[in-house]
Amino acid sequence: MKTHVLFNLFATFLLADGLNIEVSVFDFSLQLQISHRFVFLILNFTRNVAPLLINTQLFTRFLSRISQDSAGQFFSSGHTNNWAVLVCTSRFWFNYRHVANTLSVYRSVKRLGIPDSHIVLMLADDMACNHRNPKPATVFSHKNMELNVYGDDVEVDYRGYEVTVENFLRVLTGRLPPSTPRSKRLLSDDRSNILIYLTGHGGNGFLKFQDSEEISNVELADAFEQMWQKRRYNELLFIIDTCQGASMYERFYSPNLMALASSQVGEDSLSHQPDLAIGVHLMDRYTFYLLEFLEDIHPASKANMNDLFKVCPKSQCVSTPGHRTDLFLRDPGSVLITDFFGSVRKVEITTEAIDLTDPIKEVEERYMHSYVDQLPVSEIIHQKPKQKDWHPPDGFILGLWTLILLVFFQTYGVKHLRHIF
Amino acid sequence: MFLSERRRGQLAALSIAAVVIIVGVPLWWRTTETYRAWLPVSQIKELAKLQLQLSADVEVVFARGTVTPEQQKKVPLTQTQEEERAIDGDLIILFLILLIRNTKLESKFFSCHVLFLPEDTALRYSTQADLYLLAFQDVNVYIGQRRTALLRIGPQMRVGKTLEQLLAHLEPRIKQVLQVMSFSHNDITAALSDRVRFSPDNKESIADSMRAFKSSPGYEITFSLLNPDPKSHRLHWDIEGAVQTYIQPLLTKLSPVANFSIDSQTLYYTMLGVNPRFDTSRSAYTLNADSLAHVINPVEARLGSNAASSNPVLNFLLYVPDAQHSPLYIQGRKKQEVPSNAFHSPRWGGIMVYNVNGFYGSEPEFPVDINIDMAKVMGVFLAQLRLLLGVQSSTPPPGFLVARCGSTGLADWELDRLMWSRSVENVATATTTITSLAQLLDQIGNIVINDNIAQQVSSAVTSLQLAVAELEAGNLGFALQYSKEAILASEKAFFDPSLLHLLYFPDDQKFAIYIPLFLPMCVPILLSLLKIVSEARQRRREKQAKKD
Repeated sequence: MKTHVLFNLFATFLLADGLNIEVSVFDFSLQLQISHRFVFLILNFTRNVAPLLINTQLFTRFLSRISQDSAGQFFSSGHTNNWAVLVCTSRFWFNYRHVANTLSVYRSVKRLGIPDSHIVLMLADDMACNHRNPKPATVFSHKNMELNVYGDDVEVDYRGYEVTVENFLRVLTGRLPPSTPRSKRLLSDDRSNILIYLTGHGGNGFLKFQDSEEISNVELADAFEQMWQKRRYNELLFIIDTCQGASMYERFYSPNLMALASSQVGEDSLSHQPDLAIGVHLMDRYTFYLLEFLEDIHPASKANMNDLFKVCPKSQCVSTPGHRTDLFLRDPGSVLITDFFGSVRKVEITTEAIDLTDPIKEVEERYMHSYVDQLPVSEIIHQKPKQKDWHPPDGFILGLWTLILLVFFQTYGVKHLRHIF
Repeated sequence: MFLSERRRGQLAALSIAAVVIIVGVPLWWRTTETYRAWLPVSQIKELAKLQLQLSADVEVVFARGTVTPEQQKKVPLTQTQEEERAIDGDLIILFLILLIRNTKLESKFFSCHVLFLPEDTALRYSTQADLYLLAFQDVNVYIGQRRTALLRIGPQMRVGKTLEQLLAHLEPRIKQVLQVMSFSHNDITAALSDRVRFSPDNKESIADSMRAFKSSPGYEITFSLLNPDPKSHRLHWDIEGAVQTYIQPLLTKLSPVANFSIDSQTLYYTMLGVNPRFDTSRSAYTLNADSLAHVINPVEARLGSNAASSNPVLNFLLYVPDAQHSPLYIQGRKKQEVPSNAFHSPRWGGIMVYNVNGFYGSEPEFPVDINIDMAKVMGVFLAQLRLLLGVQSSTPPPGFLVARCGSTGLADWELDRLMWSRSVENVATATTTITSLAQLLDQIGNIVINDNIAQQVSSAVTSLQLAVAELEAGNLGFALQYSKEAILASEKAFFDPSLLHLLYFPDDQKFAIYIPLFLPMCVPILLSLLKIVSEARQRRREKQAKKD
């Protein structure tokens, strides 16, 4: 009787998921460590019924349901902490919507659990306290002022003119000067899942920063490769909401990257709706529908990436959102939204404690107290200015002077040389 | 002599072309090239295929009754055993086990002692030598607090057997003991997780590798007392004394591995963020294991950190539940009781719930003064600290009994084990960093390599070579020190702010920059040269025509 019951359970489990299942019996018998009777069951099952295909996700879910210990939950995703880097690259009042985009993603990410110490927020301009803002200290994401995404506990790490391509790349690769505080650093390790969100004005293969410089897709791909070389991330989700955003993820080549963009190459990302009171467009379409989607997610939600790919179809967005998952090792259907947008910690129960009832004998040691070195302030103050080495004039100056000399001699002839020398 | 106008023009054009080509082009080339200091590329390439040799010294002492006096004379002085494993193709590790005959039991630094006992050993408890001799029938190996292990001879090995059979019986068992006390294949593979994407054998090793912090030169430890209800409880905790008495000995013992800095804080009005349920069967509030995952985030936002360095932070929180929700117990996944009433999160820290309703007395007058029992609290935190630092090893094989670690919280052989895995991890990380830096600098020709970076790279390479040599010789302390120096130098070189690759110029942009500068200069020169050449050719043709 027992075998039949188990058989039915297994069968319903498999069929309920509706997936194709392939049984690797060898693995099953080793890794499951259950009674051989069960294994026999499975052998029977596969011989009689047509071979079915198990994908690893079903397998691990099965495992974690059977084995109740906490190690089972480590299988589903390999990360222990979450980071977010949210960048708005445009300034000026009429780019209000880009700041609103970034702040709405910031709000969702904080709501789902990532603390400020793990978020690097870069806003290129200040809209809330802009002189032209009729409602100061607010940034709205929806007309009729329904949702103030600025809130009262925003922590902006890079503001105004600090948002440059150089600083962005320094944050990503970790090559910051030693005096940079912790809040401005991306201190991720090899078990961090990072969410990177970029918004602004972009084109085919580049993204414009501060209306004066641009970052190309090659530079971004190289920065991610350097992050991978130093194992600064476990998995990375890259979302970009600009015109022709899909061109920015074309050149990625490092593993474990998933990318989403709001529009394909050749298409423009459009803004959502203007607000007549404030006078500008409040949000971009893609991020508006993304925010709507994220508002339904709570920390214990099981929504996965396939739902995220469906956000803002062409009917709503006018542009065609795109995504790229070929570099990602796991199946997107098994990746939870909270793996990137939230910060669900893994916990283990502490089963042991050390018995400290017999105190240690007092060791006669002199403790040397010392203050931690923070910055070598005296060195910095008394630093002499660095002597710049003299370089001979570079090509531009040489060419310019050659040009001038040529023109002179052409006009006046060589015979005037003796008047000069 | 007066040259003709035409001749002068030709000479001028030729001399300008000569100046441009001979002087101008090399000058332009030298002034626009980037300064790149010399890097020891060949040595870095050698390091890339890492060949590590780890050797552990073992002293085997044969107790009376295991070997006959004749056999005793014939026991070889040293015997080595090697084992080669390839990990991911380019890495080979050799295990060497040296067996030495000795009769004294000195605790040589970093070597293990195995005391081989006869089957029917008389059992005595001895405090001086910190050896416990136990009565259990199914325990064949006992591992002590320092570096000693006791091995009981198996029942099939009576004294009458030959020496070769004895040694053949001995070797695999000693290897098993060493795998617990020093390093095993799994430990080393886990330490190399930076270099190799390993598919582990079991879930426990994945969980182990995810739980412990990665090797870092320093750690910050923060103890926080969370008091959500100051109106009911006035809490006193002697954290400085407790840290000095209980935690500091462990950290002093771990000082070769890393530096630690400790601070503490008290937070008021910080709730857990999860509503506990009232369990009538235990007449107490309970938090079940699934809701524990959501406890940490709201608290973390308030914790703050005053760390001025980029070292990883370990947070230990002591939560005293408010009077309405006392007592509060944590339940395991299967609703079982948790005696320590604490849980921890990998790579973050631990939280312990401390119930104080037992201290109320008969007629409590709020706020109640409560002195927290730091011994109990620190016992739990110490256990969590061991787990988070990677000290805890996997469960020992059957038939093994491991002594409880002393009040420092760390046995000597556990420290050795940690040092082995840290050295290997440091060496692996440093080699990966250096090789990827060399590759990066090679690929991008535009990056400026300053002298200080070259010096850091050279010193990292030297330290790495020394560390590998020391690992081979079995000097664990020096190996760890060199590996730490290697890591510091390599990280400093890799993360130097001047190495930012902002000099990405696609080729069409390079053309766009240089053409407006050099084309107006070159066009007259080229045209005049062409004119000279065409005139010379014409003259030659005329001469040819004249000749004919």
